[in-house]
Amino acid sequence: MSIGLVTAGYIAASVLFILALGGLSDQEKAKRAVWFGIIGMTIAVVVTVFGPGVNSIWLLSAMIAIGAVVGTIVAQRVEMVGMPQLVAALHSFVGLAAVFIGINSVLHSPEGLTHAEEVIHDVEVFLGVFIGAITFTGSIIAYGKLAGKIDGKALILPARHLMNIAGLVLSIALMMMFLNGAGIWTLLLMMLIAFAIGAHLVMAIGGADMPVVVSMLNSYSGWAAAATGFMLGNDLLIVVGALVGSSGAILSYIMCVAMNRKFLAVILGGFGGPSGPAMEIEGEQIAIDADGVASALEEADSVIIVPGYGMAVAQAQHPISELVKRLRAKGKNVRFGIHPVAGRLPGHMNVLLAEAKVPYDIVMEMDEINDDFPETDVVIVVGSNDIVNPAAQEDPNSPIAGMPVLEVWKAKHVFVSKRGQGTGYSGIENPLFFKENTRMFYGDAKASVDNLLKLIG
Amino acid sequence: MKIGAPKEIFEGENRVALTPQSALQLQKLGYECVIETGAGAASRFSDQDYKNAGVEVVKTGAALWKACDFIIKVRAPEEVEVKRFREGQTLISFIWPAQSEELLEKLRAKGVTAIAMDMVPRISRAQKMDALSSMANIGGYRAVIEASNNFGRFFTGQITAAGKVPPATVLVIGAGVAGLAAIGAAQSMGAIVRAFDVRPEVAEQIESMGGEFLFLDFDDNQDGAATGGYAAVSSPEFREKQLELFRAQASEVDIVITTALIPGRDAPKLWLEDMVMSMKAGSVIIDLAAERGGNCDLTVPDEKIETSNGVTIIGYTDLPSRMATQSSTLYSTNIRHMMDDLTPENDGVPVHNMEDDVIRGATVTHSGEITFPPPPPKVQAIAAAKPKAPEKTPEEIKAEEVAATKAAGRKQTTMLVLGGLVMLLIGQYAPASFMQHFIVFVLSVFIGFQVIWNVSHALHTPLMAITNAISSVVILGALLQISVGGGFLVTLLAAISVLIASINIVGGFVVTRRMLAMFQKS
Repeated sequence: MSIGLVTAGYIAASVLFILALGGLSDQEKAKRAVWFGIIGMTIAVVVTVFGPGVNSIWLLSAMIAIGAVVGTIVAQRVEMVGMPQLVAALHSFVGLAAVFIGINSVLHSPEGLTHAEEVIHDVEVFLGVFIGAITFTGSIIAYGKLAGKIDGKALILPARHLMNIAGLVLSIALMMMFLNGAGIWTLLLMMLIAFAIGAHLVMAIGGADMPVVVSMLNSYSGWAAAATGFMLGNDLLIVVGALVGSSGAILSYIMCVAMNRKFLAVILGGFGGPSGPAMEIEGEQIAIDADGVASALEEADSVIIVPGYGMAVAQAQHPISELVKRLRAKGKNVRFGIHPVAGRLPGHMNVLLAEAKVPYDIVMEMDEINDDFPETDVVIVVGSNDIVNPAAQEDPNSPIAGMPVLEVWKAKHVFVSKRGQGTGYSGIENPLFFKENTRMFYGDAKASVDNLLKLIG
Repeated sequence: MKIGAPKEIFEGENRVALTPQSALQLQKLGYECVIETGAGAASRFSDQDYKNAGVEVVKTGAALWKACDFIIKVRAPEEVEVKRFREGQTLISFIWPAQSEELLEKLRAKGVTAIAMDMVPRISRAQKMDALSSMANIGGYRAVIEASNNFGRFFTGQITAAGKVPPATVLVIGAGVAGLAAIGAAQSMGAIVRAFDVRPEVAEQIESMGGEFLFLDFDDNQDGAATGGYAAVSSPEFREKQLELFRAQASEVDIVITTALIPGRDAPKLWLEDMVMSMKAGSVIIDLAAERGGNCDLTVPDEKIETSNGVTIIGYTDLPSRMATQSSTLYSTNIRHMMDDLTPENDGVPVHNMEDDVIRGATVTHSGEITFPPPPPKVQAIAAAKPKAPEKTPEEIKAEEVAATKAAGRKQTTMLVLGGLVMLLIGQYAPASFMQHFIVFVLSVFIGFQVIWNVSHALHTPLMAITNAISSVVILGALLQISVGGGFLVTLLAAISVLIASINIVGGFVVTRRMLAMFQKS
């Protein structure tokens, strides 16, 4: 296959990838969009393999085949609740691959470059390995935190900013040495430093900020691919890397806006402490049993369910879906209110509800539904906490002050399904639980909803 | 520990402080319950009902006092009852300590700990023991029933074959708990309900019950939050305005229910004789403030009278007692909650914690001392109203928008200029081959930004999965490196890269497809 054909293939692949991302604007189109992505990837791989300069087809085929089988098995086996961990784990692969390719590129550097081109090439290698290494360890730590294998709390080391900056400065110094021909050890040392920075960065970020971290790592994996593209002079890699990088960046930005946090503050980690004493919370949490909730539901005309990470943990989406089906059969207006940062991934709740066959046209975004709470009879909060915390609006000293929240407390009745009296992931007291129209429906979310199902025929 | 409820000896009092139901709950707290025979009869709870609930029934009040450590009552104890107390006993009942200094002194001298249910502070934690509210709720409801009983017409308007019936118009003065309950009851019977209160912030509550708030345009409106949610004395000018408003209403309304009370004072006179005289014949006035002198000039406490122009004025002071089953149930529950707070360990051992705002507030005599009046509670009952930001005029909003657009425009221009300068700088030094790739890079970033903004929120997780899959396009790099030679290490690293990248590609696409397949329309 000639260079011309290969380039034509790359152009086709680029267009298909753009269509694949663009197609995600709508649930129906999205199913077609994935096929664009798959076809684009197939074209890219096939033209490269059969293009000039590649001749180890058997080794390649074996590796790709093994990879495909492993990938399929993992992807088929994973439960929808485990999706955040899987995505984080997959990101680490991209990072690692970028690191290996960068090192290879030095071990066998292209010939016939001018001096300027060689400098640029070396900088590209350095950048590619640096970003790839951060992505790799960062994703592994993110995976550990999401899977519960590492404590979700933010690890705050003393002088942590200084440590990161020192690592960065050292890396730049090593790059200078590398450019002056100090040898490959500088690259490897920098890789180790970048591994440490990546791990440390994500360790310092608390569990509640995980959606930002995952989308940020997504962005990094894109930039790593783009840097690799520069290194190899491959436009397809550059295009895809830039697409993925900007996609992740936008997702992170959307998440930060949804939490009213500064992007830098999230990335540098450590939940910002309150600026003053938190508001005293008055009142007590009043419990209610399934009978009470069921009778309120029977009487209600409009119901909004606000799910959070607790629903995912308890796997309560299936009984909730069944509950919604029964309530809708009785002619009640039942909808879901989804906060952009509910769960541990952007759009996490939507995926779980979709898995449980909840029709997506009753699943609303925060902005679509927030004005409807005052006319709503019953709100059920299932395992979410900070995203329904009125302190964000009422208490200027709260760590989440100014974060847009779902105004559930404006509804006539609010039932909060919660395991116990503790505070949420971010450790912030929630005045919602003490409001007069709030009743606490203690217990495991799944067991609680199952009990409700027995009472609502 | 034993808790005992005697029969109320006050004339016409039908309520009782212990019901079979509350007894069961008290037993759960670890107490034994005792009742005087026949105490619940007027509330329709027989001795047998109590026995079934495990309550010991004793023959006389004296025996009850002897047997029990806690005496729970409705009315404040009378002379004969006070004499039966012994040192160390605890009394829980309505006491009205501000008006009954003599009683307090006697209780103190006896060494009795007295908890006044009417002194429970008005904070949300104590709502479950707020007996004043639960009684007021019943009073407000019953006031409407009494009014309807004495009113010769329907409440609701009807158009029948026999002619058109206009709806009754009810005016409720004072929108506390009783007033709101009256508004709700009258409203549900079909009447047109108007309501007035000196605290403008209750307008919302009145409207939420279906009443129409009569707005009084006056600068010096009271802020009820400062007085713990109660009304305070108004200025003479305000009072004049208020009376003017009522005078205008007098000839229109059919039923007036007055509930205006100021803590620790006689009821304010709000419905004067001339207003009564200008009302239509057959109208009814229910004065819920009769016990404190009445809001109406002509009210006679505990009596129903008819004026010369045919207006019925009812001054009953025992409206809750007239619905004894209901009021006993609620009151006994209030008491049960009080015992709950007094028994932190649920082991039948009361702990009288004078540090607790609620217990401190309600306790009027304790360990040989009069502890009334209590210090102000540590927490405010109602948060003070926040000053509102002045409303913006449309011009101001427009000006702000224009300014924002300009600022955004300036920002964008600055960014473009800066970006252009950076490009020039790179172009100056970088080789041509790099610049060609750089163009591709910058354009792709732009396309990415444009495309991703349109992705629906709900699809963010699939977006991440698919971008993850396609970012594994780095596999191309490994594919190219695997066969360039350069030694075993290069081939090994490249092979591993191919392997993990293909896991990622296939895994990412499969997961995305799985997710998207689940989304479905209803």
